[in-house]
Amino acid sequence: MEHVVIMTLLGFLVVIAIGIIVLRDLLAAVALLGLYSLVAAGAFVVMDAVDVAFTEAAVGAGISTILFLGALSLTSHEQKPRGNDSLLAVAFVAITGALLIYGTLDMPHYGSATSPAQTHPELAVRFIERSAGEVGPPNVVTSVLASYRGYDTLGETVVVFAAGIAVLSLLGLRRRRTLDSAPDDAPGDTPAAEPHAAVGYASRSAAGPIAPSVRPARDPESSA
Amino acid sequence: MKRYTRQRHRVLQVVTKLVIPFVLMFGLYVQFHGDYGPGGGFQAGVIFAAAFILHGLIFGLQRTRQVMPPSVIRVLMAGGVLIYAGTGVATMLLGGNLLDYDVLAHDPLHGQHWGLFAVELGVGVTVTGVMISLFYAFASRRGSDEAVPTGPGPIERGPTERGPTERGPTDRGPESMS
Repeated sequence: MEHVVIMTLLGFLVVIAIGIIVLRDLLAAVALLGLYSLVAAGAFVVMDAVDVAFTEAAVGAGISTILFLGALSLTSHEQKPRGNDSLLAVAFVAITGALLIYGTLDMPHYGSATSPAQTHPELAVRFIERSAGEVGPPNVVTSVLASYRGYDTLGETVVVFAAGIAVLSLLGLRRRRTLDSAPDDAPGDTPAAEPHAAVGYASRSAAGPIAPSVRPARDPESSA
Repeated sequence: MKRYTRQRHRVLQVVTKLVIPFVLMFGLYVQFHGDYGPGGGFQAGVIFAAAFILHGLIFGLQRTRQVMPPSVIRVLMAGGVLIYAGTGVATMLLGGNLLDYDVLAHDPLHGQHWGLFAVELGVGVTVTGVMISLFYAFASRRGSDEAVPTGPGPIERGPTERGPTERGPTDRGPESMS
């Protein structure tokens, strides 16, 4: 019965993925992406991986959808009509997919009790038997993530931090500061006052993450 | 546009005000109950940030920035990593290995408990900051780059609204979703 449910959910995923590819309306495609994550989270719940399902639902169905919507509001809602799909691209995708499926043939079967992760004495068996005495919490996933593999999780946190820093240095966080708070600050900073649109864009994105007081000094330079 | 936002989305605004406290409370629950049930710092951070993003979508970026200023977000982003790494440094100073929580208290289990608490808090704080800042970075581009021609936009604006108005551009959040 459980297999039937999982297969049904995975079938839904395939249908949704095809829908995302076919759709021209990007807004509908983003909505389908959210649905994809939600169905995937449902599949994870059936597989008893509630922590993964929780993350998938919160990040995939929640935050990613909002970020996609935010990106869509900057561009068109309609995908540009493409020319004929290149035969080379189709062949490339087909070969890559076939290789990936071939690679899964070596994986242990779903729910296999004899897979290396289950039978290795230092992995699942040890964590389940001894984490309550060594770390404490009844949720073994938390014990593994934060204590046994605490060093890895520190790395993940740094990766999230680095991603945030990268986005901030590319897009900037306080771009509209002069409009927000200080009307007496930098009169030449508003986009309407930029002499040339492209130059203004470049100078603003260059000066975005830095102190905003640099901008008025830089604008005459870059437009000259 | 401003008028539309005030009048057409009143139901959304009232419902949002009712929902946000529960979202924040659920985020705290996921954060501090992660030892006993599903959840942890990462999920809690995302949920916590979702509350602020919802506020931004409904009330406009301007007001959300007053609630959660960008300077605070930058402190959150770096602060979470500092909490996490600081826990590791503290365990080293107390004589253990990096992130060996046993030495944080007299009883190793208590030490582990404190360690997990601090580490998950660090993850949650950083994720909250990064998620909100991602939303700010995307949403604030909507208003400020109007002078840059980026092709045909989805929403038509009259010539009088092209200027950098005080609140107009950021108020398009709910409409872009409809």
